[in-house]
Amino acid sequence: MILLALDWAFILQKLILIAVVVSASLIIAMYSTYAERKVAAVMQDRRGPNRAGPFGILQPLADGMKLFFKEEIIPNSSNKFLFILGPCLAMLTAMMTSAVIPWGDKLEIFGTTVSLQIADINIGILFVFGVVSLGVYGIMIGGWASNNKFSLLAALRGASQVISYELAMGIALISLLMMTGSLSMKTIVEQQINDKYHLWNVVYQPLAFLIFFVCSMAECNRAPFDLPEAESELNMGFHQEYSSMKLGFYLFSEYINMFISSAVMATLFFGGYDMPFVNEAALSPNVAALVGIVALMGKIFFFIFVFMWIRWTLPRFRYDQLMNLGWKGLIPLALANMVATGAFILYFNK
Amino acid sequence: MSTSEILFWFLSVLALFSAIMVLVSKNPVHSVLWLIVVFFAISGHYLLLNAQFLAIVNIIVYAGAIMVLFLFVIMLMNLNKGTEPQKNIWMIFSGVISGGLLLWIFISASISAGDIVGKNALLKDGDIGLIQNLGKVLFSEYALPFEISSVLFLSAMVGAVVIGKKN
Repeated sequence: MILLALDWAFILQKLILIAVVVSASLIIAMYSTYAERKVAAVMQDRRGPNRAGPFGILQPLADGMKLFFKEEIIPNSSNKFLFILGPCLAMLTAMMTSAVIPWGDKLEIFGTTVSLQIADINIGILFVFGVVSLGVYGIMIGGWASNNKFSLLAALRGASQVISYELAMGIALISLLMMTGSLSMKTIVEQQINDKYHLWNVVYQPLAFLIFFVCSMAECNRAPFDLPEAESELNMGFHQEYSSMKLGFYLFSEYINMFISSAVMATLFFGGYDMPFVNEAALSPNVAALVGIVALMGKIFFFIFVFMWIRWTLPRFRYDQLMNLGWKGLIPLALANMVATGAFILYFNK
Repeated sequence: MSTSEILFWFLSVLALFSAIMVLVSKNPVHSVLWLIVVFFAISGHYLLLNAQFLAIVNIIVYAGAIMVLFLFVIMLMNLNKGTEPQKNIWMIFSGVISGGLLLWIFISASISAGDIVGKNALLKDGDIGLIQNLGKVLFSEYALPFEISSVLFLSAMVGAVVIGKKN
């Protein structure tokens, strides 16, 4: 008897892929914390972590262990269910975007072709947007459930920041979509690989990329946009009442967000898994796929480095400056870029 | 039962249960969170009908933006049981009656509508909800209503700014 007409091999294959992608992003996020401290150390002429293991390479493990063994405190006056739901949501929304990113081309294992993308849906970019817009809930629910004025203030700041910058981000992406004519991430990468002049989207849409980059920095709550965690004004920010691994989840989800938004930027604007100056079609499929993964990871690590570089270089914005930049700077700029792109396409592609 | 049937029943039960929880919850923040679950269940229904664009826009606009604003307002007003006004029993009674009448109209209208009778929903193979088709229809056949509704949004925005600027 067939209970469900499902292709179990297909589901198993996807489950393995999800497990690999999730654990890879966790490990990369873990070592991003190490990289951040090392980068900060280099910028400030210090040594950085160097006690745990050679070059301090075991430092993230030590940090994680410390967080796990800390006492678990749930404030009496907090809303217990929502207090626990907050960090879970932050983690979940951080991981979900990885489903639509094409991590590489096809891999051939034992005669079956495995696509290195969990789901090639034809609304890929909109999916990314949907998940980003849900990312607010982790901050808001956590901040509200703590029943602390500082947490609530920080949560409201975080939410308004994310909503404001989402608009500019979306409008910047529209000009990119007008060029590609597709919302599927895979199609966008393939278009960049097969481009007439072998150029990536960033060459055609530099302004859109710049706006997208600034906005994704704001979406990740990274400095100079880290107002929800402005410790000099808000004690600590929306996760003030959190302790132990729940705090760890909040801190960790920031690094996962950084990794995923770097991956989105690399995919949309920098050719995704396209290795420059290499003709992938000439290589055997498996080698080409591996080269692609290496290329994508290289681009992602570069963006993560730029994120850290900016964090340790620029001071934090004031709140009114943040809102001015978002509403009066980036949104009109993105709109102008969109109109210019539309006019350009209409004029030259007639 | 096929997979889509199982999904349909699961999503319907989820949508109805969370819709009831929206009404039953004493805490307004819980109501908002249940309403978000309702939106997710409805988006799941859209996916079953192969209307992916509609599904994701439903999540972006309603769950991602409008509900965040709801949550904003509720958190800032700090509503709880003490501040809730005591309602008159007659108010509750008339509310139930008028709500029930509205439900009745909806049900009878949707059961007797000529377009729907004797037709099945297109599962997985309808393509009107895909972004290309939707865009073509919106910007050719329904261009005028579409533009008029966008002017409506613009006027609402301008109105909000004017009210906000008053002091």
